Amino acid sequence: MTKKSEVNLVFWLFLAPVLFAFLMVMVIPFIMGSFYAFTNWSSSARLDGGFRFVGFENFVKSFQDPSFLYSFGITFVYTILNMFFINLVAFSLALLVTSELRLKNLYRVGFFVPNLIGGLILGYIWQFIFNNAIPSLGSLIPALKFLAEPNNLMLGKNTSALIAMVIVGTWQYAGYIMMIYIAAIENVPQELHEAAKIDGATPWIRLKSITIPMAAQAFTVTMFLTLVNSFKQFDVNVSLTSGGPSTMLFGKPILGTELLALNIYNTAFVSNNLAQGQARAVVFFLVLAVISIIQVYVNKNKEVEL
Amino acid sequence: MSNRRLGIVIAEIITAIVFLLFMFPFYLVIVNSAKTAFEVTQYPLTWPTKWGNLIDNVVKIWTSEAVRYPSSLLASAIITAVSLLLINLLSAQAGWVLVRNKNRISNIIFYMFVAAMVIPFQIVMFPLLSWFRITSQATGIPLLRTYQGIILAYIGFGASLSIFMFHGFIKGIPLELEEAATIDGCKRHQIFYEIVFPILTPIQATVMVLNGIWIWNDYLLPLLVLGKGNVIMTLPLAVSNFAGAFVKQWDLILTAILLAMIPVIIFFLFAQKYIVKGMVAGSIK
Repeated sequence: MTKKSEVNLVFWLFLAPVLFAFLMVMVIPFIMGSFYAFTNWSSSARLDGGFRFVGFENFVKSFQDPSFLYSFGITFVYTILNMFFINLVAFSLALLVTSELRLKNLYRVGFFVPNLIGGLILGYIWQFIFNNAIPSLGSLIPALKFLAEPNNLMLGKNTSALIAMVIVGTWQYAGYIMMIYIAAIENVPQELHEAAKIDGATPWIRLKSITIPMAAQAFTVTMFLTLVNSFKQFDVNVSLTSGGPSTMLFGKPILGTELLALNIYNTAFVSNNLAQGQARAVVFFLVLAVISIIQVYVNKNKEVEL
Repeated sequence: MSNRRLGIVIAEIITAIVFLLFMFPFYLVIVNSAKTAFEVTQYPLTWPTKWGNLIDNVVKIWTSEAVRYPSSLLASAIITAVSLLLINLLSAQAGWVLVRNKNRISNIIFYMFVAAMVIPFQIVMFPLLSWFRITSQATGIPLLRTYQGIILAYIGFGASLSIFMFHGFIKGIPLELEEAATIDGCKRHQIFYEIVFPILTPIQATVMVLNGIWIWNDYLLPLLVLGKGNVIMTLPLAVSNFAGAFVKQWDLILTAILLAMIPVIIFFLFAQKYIVKGMVAGSIK
């Protein structure tokens, strides 16, 4: 065997397994999905019978459905709130645990741990907290009696239930984002701080004009991660609220905390409308792609080069 | 100077309070796993009256038909371990040939993997099921509700990020080592398995940590490919199967959650350093 052909053979042999898996679960389903979104695909209308092309019908119907429009809206609200609180908490915690605290290593680990446990399980834990533990706190402490009122349950109204999801999201994700900020803060050259101190800069000024600008690259990463992960949230949504409680929009009953990923799932499996679920998934993909590109572009422009 | 000392004391107190708040959900899971159904609903915040209840609850979950804890734990372990080993080896060798063969085709393949990182699971999940059904019918190899099906899916979905990370790491390895081995008569594939693969240990740890946490905790893919309540069920599926069926039995639901969390926490305590490092390195891709 000549050298050249051996190199070529190894090239394809080494790539074959991942290419096969990638083709099977990404490429082919992606192509099928983009096509199915324009058909009447369902469990009864498959490729073998009753299957036809319907143009943009699934998309038009999706945008006429109040539940989809509502999911769109609250997914944006949820994503923005989540990004804000996760990053605020994470950055504050990172500042705290990079200062001279005695137990800082214990704290870092503790803040990080929720991230190791899946969103589904976390959601159930917090369902217990909001429905049982917090009301019980209200019956123990007279000053907090309002917490025990069944009307005041966090998960009972859709606005507070959405806030509950942000609380869980922050608790779950802040520790991980904190670790990224810690790496960035510890990378800031100590001389910059020394020099600023000699010039009489207060800790606040040093934070504002040294730490934050120097950590700009970390902000690009953390904003991107929190944006994408919040936008795609599914597990916590399922286990914490299952999309509930119900509410009314344009005279139609809809689920009050149903984020887009859950709405797509429910359209396909609960309302039994696979083709429309697929069309919504295509819209979901396009929106996600556009906002993540814009976001990375905006943040990149703010980074400073050393 | 005393101003500074005061600042540190305040920071210490704030951090300690936030830390306790962060740990509070875990406290609730542990204490309530050791209570009876009545105690959980009446006194969810207090210390349990009898820790012996914990054993009773664990036995109930262990033998519960809805959770099937031993078999779910085993299924989660098999799926995570086999997927990780395969993703690690296959992505490493793919990353290596993509770096070492610089041509149009290898560039196209590499960018195809990178581009796939922005594709959300939602857009492929429904057709994936029907495609798995079609191929199973055509080949006779069942993919839905089987180990081979879900492991194949994890390799396909995990490949992009893993290849990207190996690719970046391998680019930084000097060629001399491999050239010397070629002169010594090493076969092309031997160069990879015997020389390159061992050098990749640090990036392998990162790849395994990132994929491991994702696969172990994943809910949606197992829900679709394996389904709830079937023969093969992962731990998240088992917990959701149980919590969905017994909405109000919090003593047992929290015990199931405790049992599902324990393996991860133990693993984390042993591999803490690698996990934190791996996850931070993985994010700054």
